[in-house]
Amino acid sequence: SHAAIKIQPMRQFFSSGHTNNWAVLVCTSRFWFNYRHVANTLSVYRSVKRLGIPDSHIVLMLADDMACNHRNPKPATVFSHKNMELNVYGDDVEVDYRGYEVTVENFLRVLTGRLPPSTPRSKRLLSDDRSNILIYLTGHGGNGFLKFQDSEEISNVELADAFEQMWQKRRYNELLFIIDTCQGASMYERFYSPNLMALASSQVGEDSLSHQPDLAIGVHLMDRYTFYLLEFLEDIHPSSKANMNDLFKVCPKSQCVSTPGHRTDLFLRDPGSALITDFFGSVRKVEITMETINLTEPIHFVNEERQKETYSYVDQLPVSEIIHQKPKQKDWHPPDGFILGLWTLILLVFFKTYGMKHLKHIF
Amino acid sequence: VCVRVCVRVCVCACVCVCACVCVCVCVCVCVCSSVPQPKDDFQEELVIRPLHSGDIYASFQFRTLWETDFMRGNKVSHYRLFPKSLGQVISKFSVRELHISFTQGYWRTMQWGQPFLPSPPGAELWVWFQDSVTDVDGTWKELTNVLSGIFCASLNFIDSTNTVQPSASFKPLGIGNVTDHRFLRYATLPREIVCTENLTPWKKLLPCGSKAGLAVLLKSEKLFHSSFHSQAVHIRPVCQDWQCKTTSWELRQTLNVVFDLHTPGQGKLEWSLFKMFSRTLTEACPLASSSKIYIDITDDPQGEQFEVSPATHLLSQAMVLGDRRTFSVYDLTQQITFGTVRSLNLLIRWKSRDMLRPLLHAERYVAGYGLQTGEIHTLMYNNHPYRSFPVLLLDSVPWYLRLYIHTLTVTSKGKDNKPSYIHYQPSKDRVRPHLLEMLVQLPPNSVTEVTVQFERALLKWTEYTPDPNHGFYVGSSVISSLVPSIVAMDTNSTREQPLFSSFFPCKEESSYFMRVYTEPLLVNLPTPDFSMPYNVICLTCTVVAVGYGSLYNLLTRSFQIEEPSPGLAKRIANIIRKMRGVPPL
Repeated sequence: SHAAIKIQPMRQFFSSGHTNNWAVLVCTSRFWFNYRHVANTLSVYRSVKRLGIPDSHIVLMLADDMACNHRNPKPATVFSHKNMELNVYGDDVEVDYRGYEVTVENFLRVLTGRLPPSTPRSKRLLSDDRSNILIYLTGHGGNGFLKFQDSEEISNVELADAFEQMWQKRRYNELLFIIDTCQGASMYERFYSPNLMALASSQVGEDSLSHQPDLAIGVHLMDRYTFYLLEFLEDIHPSSKANMNDLFKVCPKSQCVSTPGHRTDLFLRDPGSALITDFFGSVRKVEITMETINLTEPIHFVNEERQKETYSYVDQLPVSEIIHQKPKQKDWHPPDGFILGLWTLILLVFFKTYGMKHLKHIF
Repeated sequence: VCVRVCVRVCVCACVCVCACVCVCVCVCVCVCSSVPQPKDDFQEELVIRPLHSGDIYASFQFRTLWETDFMRGNKVSHYRLFPKSLGQVISKFSVRELHISFTQGYWRTMQWGQPFLPSPPGAELWVWFQDSVTDVDGTWKELTNVLSGIFCASLNFIDSTNTVQPSASFKPLGIGNVTDHRFLRYATLPREIVCTENLTPWKKLLPCGSKAGLAVLLKSEKLFHSSFHSQAVHIRPVCQDWQCKTTSWELRQTLNVVFDLHTPGQGKLEWSLFKMFSRTLTEACPLASSSKIYIDITDDPQGEQFEVSPATHLLSQAMVLGDRRTFSVYDLTQQITFGTVRSLNLLIRWKSRDMLRPLLHAERYVAGYGLQTGEIHTLMYNNHPYRSFPVLLLDSVPWYLRLYIHTLTVTSKGKDNKPSYIHYQPSKDRVRPHLLEMLVQLPPNSVTEVTVQFERALLKWTEYTPDPNHGFYVGSSVISSLVPSIVAMDTNSTREQPLFSSFFPCKEESSYFMRVYTEPLLVNLPTPDFSMPYNVICLTCTVVAVGYGSLYNLLTRSFQIEEPSPGLAKRIANIIRKMRGVPPL
């Protein structure tokens, strides 16, 4: 490429130094009439998977189940376009956080990595300092907050602090933040960490509008911004050279009715040099080697001396055994608060009546 | 890989396929001389049973048997047919038996008869741990978290508030000598939703995935557009041979689905594989040692009322659910099954069907009115004309429904029926649920009613779910029983049997073991108005502002008397008087 011929230090400026890609896609709305938010998230999921990011590197959070909802006339499908053209749910989806698990606390824990030790790998964001992360949020929002599941909110200050924690812990190389809610631009106003680029579907004081309803399903299927974003991404393939300036042009006011906004002042490179596939696709570095590698000796199964006892199946409902079952030994627990209090009272009254000198006789 | 190839075809292929030439050759020589026993084995089968109401019941079973030992410190590193994720779970958490099921819909026993493998709505998980585990509760918590990652389900919501330790139900289904119930844990999540994201990792556990064999039929758009869908994973140790001195691990993946007659639009009693699954079969899974389809033709072996095409001459009889049933068998490992078109699309047509009247059936409902008290009624029907049999009822009720056990009554045919065994563990608020286990003898041809009153608790406002007006679920009751069978059951467990009839071990000939699940209950708890904190703040601030503000003004402002300004005429007159030098009005 041309960059290689130029001076070596300039190369760093034109290409991203990332080695792996992650995506955190969150839908924060519950209830059937918020079908479009789930469809939004699933269409970004679909594009990101198609461009190469594997399921193990995607944390997908859906606050409610639309596909198998009993109101869905076509179960196991989520459509993005009326006339049911594109099923964004697909046959190969893996949702990591679903239903009640999508909370502000879990979202911030995923971002900062502070999860309980028994959390499985598929629910963790195991990024390092050479990861490019795409974060996509959608739902109902307002000036400075995003509503989670109709019961709690995340504010723009919390989000900015979470990103700063990620930066200090070196959990990302570059981060692209996309938000599709009403007054979405307010959510990126407070960012202050480097290497962040943000896109929102509407400015402060504007509402993001939904695209079109489907009369058979009965709800709006997608939001306008994400609909045109999906259309744009369908044209991107893994080796495409489209850059972020093309992404900023998605959904102008004539199509979106709201004015999409973006913020690039914290991003150290020129947005024109950042490729779409830097965030939506996946970098795979393949090294071809001609060396031969010696594998270890295969483990031979040694037929050890097995026990000679005979096993048998257990009786499933041994009536006589159950009737004559001894009550199991209860573990001894130290006396509970009430009993302790009662005994203390009794002892106190006893010693008050009979005097403290009697204590000597006892001990 | 080297060893496997060597067994099939000696020397030559081995050398070109494997990169490490020297290792392969020497292994090849020593293994090819003797005939080795297969270390692992995979079987798949599909049973199709047309139902009385016109619906059709399809049950898939995939079984992997592996002669290995996870427990004795052998580090198992080569996984072939057995999935690695489950093998690592078994060895890390010292699991002896694991049964997990995800179900959407409720099995209607009165319309559909008995299922081959019952399961309650939502998710159910029960595990027997090895007796080497010291902290069972801690291991249980970690196991549920790991399984929630493997199956993409919210199993991490299983904690001490919905886990119970049954004292007599859920005996181990595999072999073993230890039955200390300290190592058993049982939990259900009745609210759990099952969708494609649970089916995807389930399919990935199969050796052939969903690319070959019977698993190609598992398309989510058709499977979830059904009246009942249940997928389960069962892991247990089983006997290897009739002597039962050695054990092997068995992994069974089962999927039961009932397709509704009226959903696709047609009303005819005609079903085909294409209509059910939108796919046809083209080959068996190459890794399977047996791949069969069984169609239940018991009510009409002559083929007058019932028609299956393409016709087959293979018939088989099996003792299942206390009855001898006849099946038409299609063997997918034989090429002739697929015929000249190289694809198999079974067509089943029938006119009417006898109703399989189930011998044991149960229902449960909540009675009462208002949001303070209620009553849970469980009804158990014994439809056998002259035999009575014992049932073990297991009820696990969440702590926020406070059961009053002194109001527990068990009546059959109007008279009191005292249970011969009761185990009750009271709940502790926010720590553990109620556990009630009873062994009741059901008299013949009767209805037994178990009632208990409860009171609803008020939760703290942070404990409500984001949609509290939906209600709170109470898990299904489990009824385990030994039901008398019509024909003598086969107690020889190692004879070659179809998979669907060999799940529950059979110890005696005159009865068979069965489990029935009741409906889950949906109970409304007194729900606060969540907008009240906002309303209260507004009202209080208004009152404080008006009251305190007025008082403050009265106390701190000083009052002056002010002359009212005179009218216009008087002001002009005063100006003229000032000019004249005369005092104003």
